[in-house]
Amino acid sequence: MTDITNTAAPFLRIDGVSKRFGDVAALRDVSLDLREGEIHALIGPSGCGKSTLLRIVAGFEGADEGAVHLGERRIDTLKPEARGIGIVFQDYALFPHLTVAQNVAFALKYADDARRAAGTAPLLRMVRLDGLESRYPDELSGGQQQRVALARTFAAGPRAILLDEPFSNLDASLRETTRREIRDILKASGLGILFVTHDREEALSFADRISVLRDGGVEQTGLPKDLYFRPANAFVAGFLGSTNFLDGIADGASAETPIGRVSLDRPASGPVQLSLRPEAIGIAPEGSDGVPAIVASLVFKGHDASAFVRVGEATFEVLMPASLDVQPGQCVSVAARASAVVLKG
Amino acid sequence: MLPAIVAGGMMLIPLVYLVVRASATERTELAAIVLRPFTLEVTLNTLALVGSVLALTTAIALPLALLVTRTDIPAKRAITILATLPLAIPGYVMAYALIGLSGYYGPLNAFFGLRLPRPEGLFGAALALSLYTFPYVFLNMRAALLGLDPALEESARSLGRSSRAAFLSVTLPHLRPALLSAWLVVALYTLGDYGAIALMRYDVLSSAIFSQYANAFEVNYAAWLALMLLAIAAAFLVLEGALNRGRRLARTGTGTRRSIPVVALGRWRWPALGFAALVHLASLGVPALVIAFWLSRAPADVDWAKVPATVLGTLSVALPAAALAVAIAVPVALVATRWPSRLTYGIERMTYFGYAVPALPFALATVFFTLAVVPALYQTLAILVIALALHSAALAVGPVRVRLLQIGPRVEESARSFGYSAPAAFRSVTLPALSRSVLAGAIFVFIMVAKELPITLLLAPSGFTTMAMNVFSRTHEGMLYEAAPYAALMIAFSAISVALMLRSERDRP
Repeated sequence: MTDITNTAAPFLRIDGVSKRFGDVAALRDVSLDLREGEIHALIGPSGCGKSTLLRIVAGFEGADEGAVHLGERRIDTLKPEARGIGIVFQDYALFPHLTVAQNVAFALKYADDARRAAGTAPLLRMVRLDGLESRYPDELSGGQQQRVALARTFAAGPRAILLDEPFSNLDASLRETTRREIRDILKASGLGILFVTHDREEALSFADRISVLRDGGVEQTGLPKDLYFRPANAFVAGFLGSTNFLDGIADGASAETPIGRVSLDRPASGPVQLSLRPEAIGIAPEGSDGVPAIVASLVFKGHDASAFVRVGEATFEVLMPASLDVQPGQCVSVAARASAVVLKG
Repeated sequence: MLPAIVAGGMMLIPLVYLVVRASATERTELAAIVLRPFTLEVTLNTLALVGSVLALTTAIALPLALLVTRTDIPAKRAITILATLPLAIPGYVMAYALIGLSGYYGPLNAFFGLRLPRPEGLFGAALALSLYTFPYVFLNMRAALLGLDPALEESARSLGRSSRAAFLSVTLPHLRPALLSAWLVVALYTLGDYGAIALMRYDVLSSAIFSQYANAFEVNYAAWLALMLLAIAAAFLVLEGALNRGRRLARTGTGTRRSIPVVALGRWRWPALGFAALVHLASLGVPALVIAFWLSRAPADVDWAKVPATVLGTLSVALPAAALAVAIAVPVALVATRWPSRLTYGIERMTYFGYAVPALPFALATVFFTLAVVPALYQTLAILVIALALHSAALAVGPVRVRLLQIGPRVEESARSFGYSAPAAFRSVTLPALSRSVLAGAIFVFIMVAKELPITLLLAPSGFTTMAMNVFSRTHEGMLYEAAPYAALMIAFSAISVALMLRSERDRP
């Protein structure tokens, strides 16, 4: 999977797009690309501009500056209907007065001859909705509605598909299964998929690549693993998972920090800011290797637990097996078990 | 955008001509014309009537609403429906029923030998208006009571208030906005009514406008009276807005609302049912009884041949007016929901303004506008249809606007992404989803226009007649049996709109 996305040519390119709404800069010089067959997540806190970017690519908003290319063709000057880009909205936007089959057939009207000749049957089979052709949208579950929306979007024969918060309207219990199913369908289509989410777990598990947005700008783009383990800055590190920020003095491959000597992901020297994930800190009985700490509080999470430990004035989060017998107020030793990410320095 | 602006503008232009006409009065004559004792008398009468109607409708509707929402009174659904039905009875029909009940030849004397004086004046007018406008207060109060979060009253109880104190300190203040908006609707109805008040021979601003224009030919005086009536209506609008401003009564919690606990009536059950029965008897029983009585009394004397032509007369105005109102309402609602801005909001408000303007000033303004700008249209069916459509377009804007907000722009955007152009997307996606609301809006306008009296009286071409005009003029002439078939038809027509309202209330999730 990683290989595909690294070698495939970028075919949807967003170059230097900016957008203002009155005094508010919604997007500031955003550039990113989508490769053939790739699922690319746009993630960021609400108001970061990710949905605006999606609407600019789809053609429902105009960019103030910059360009969008699909293949060799510049599309940001085209009307939405002329772009060849499909979009699945958060609320699916199914046509309530049409049946499942009619909803899909609606999108076939301007599709190529081969698709029109094939009709709705293969599309509904692809999303496993055969048998529900004559149902109306309000007679379907949320997951089924989403698959109708997907089949309908495929029907028009787009070259890329945009998904706006695709799973936010589903029950938490269904979300994980649905996500796997939809991912398989999307992957099988071979199309480029750009999707917006604010759920980090969704972005990490669903996407081939992730772009993290903040205040209308791209903070970092990369593979999920790279972003999680090698965040470019404190925002990305904190947004994609809980983490501990440490100040330290580096001297090459390691640094002196409040929790002792920590190895670094890249050589540095002088004062540095480091990010160390909770699972990268080990907890051990008092007197073991590491620095002494006091357990301030515990959060039980089922398969594991978080211990918040105090070292001097600072508090750190440590992930540990839930079965470990640790009590608040207990004295322990903590030490880094993996290298820390150098954020600044 | 353009059709919406035109529609909004058409609402205002006639009113400008009202001002133009009024200001044509010589300044020296102004005092002599306007400042007569008659002006003061009709103004005070108007205010007295509004006050009486508000008091009477509240006295009927508030207890009824409390009974069906807060107590275990039986047959709640039936009481609710019966308390909504009087909306179907036009004011002049209600007045006809009250007048037809008494009198030497009336049913009371015929059956019970009971002779009551003919109801008239302030009492008669207030009674007739209250008996058909109280449902507005009832429905508003009922909705407000049902919408109230019981946790509010429960919190007050847990903070040491008695159930009575909790009702007074928590529930009543929350009912205030709904009561005020219901009062506004009823007050505007009262200001706009002409038929019931004229039949009750009570002199108010609206009847003075009509008589000064149509009988005394003091057109400039009529224009001044119309402006005064407008000013009172505007004052009510501003007052309601001011009294409701800055109130923080929105529900802040996010939990699921529970249904309201009810009070057991115990031995008060029968008096309560008796009250409800009395209200229904007066508001529905009397009109039904009186119409049936007069229909049976002299069926041979009624000019039955005239009936189909009169129905046709009503249809020839109501159908095109409904179509035109919808043609105005859809673009207005569309621009207001899709491109919300100060301008589009203003345009939408304008249609409500046209609805709130009392009928006779509106009709008079239309006359002045027609005479000054398009004299060829004066006294034609066309200008009557246009005026009625503008006056009632707000009724069609409402449902269309609500539906457009429900549909939202996403479905159209979806269609665009499948290759549909903007107009094609609107036609194939939004319009079909809108059709039921457009039809509902058209029916509301149709019924409203079919019932309408003052504008029709003032603008109708000579010789043209409708069912509403017949009920009014026959009753006016004391030919109660002649009016009966038209009164019956009017109620049948209006019942459709109430049935629609009840259905939409039931369909609401």
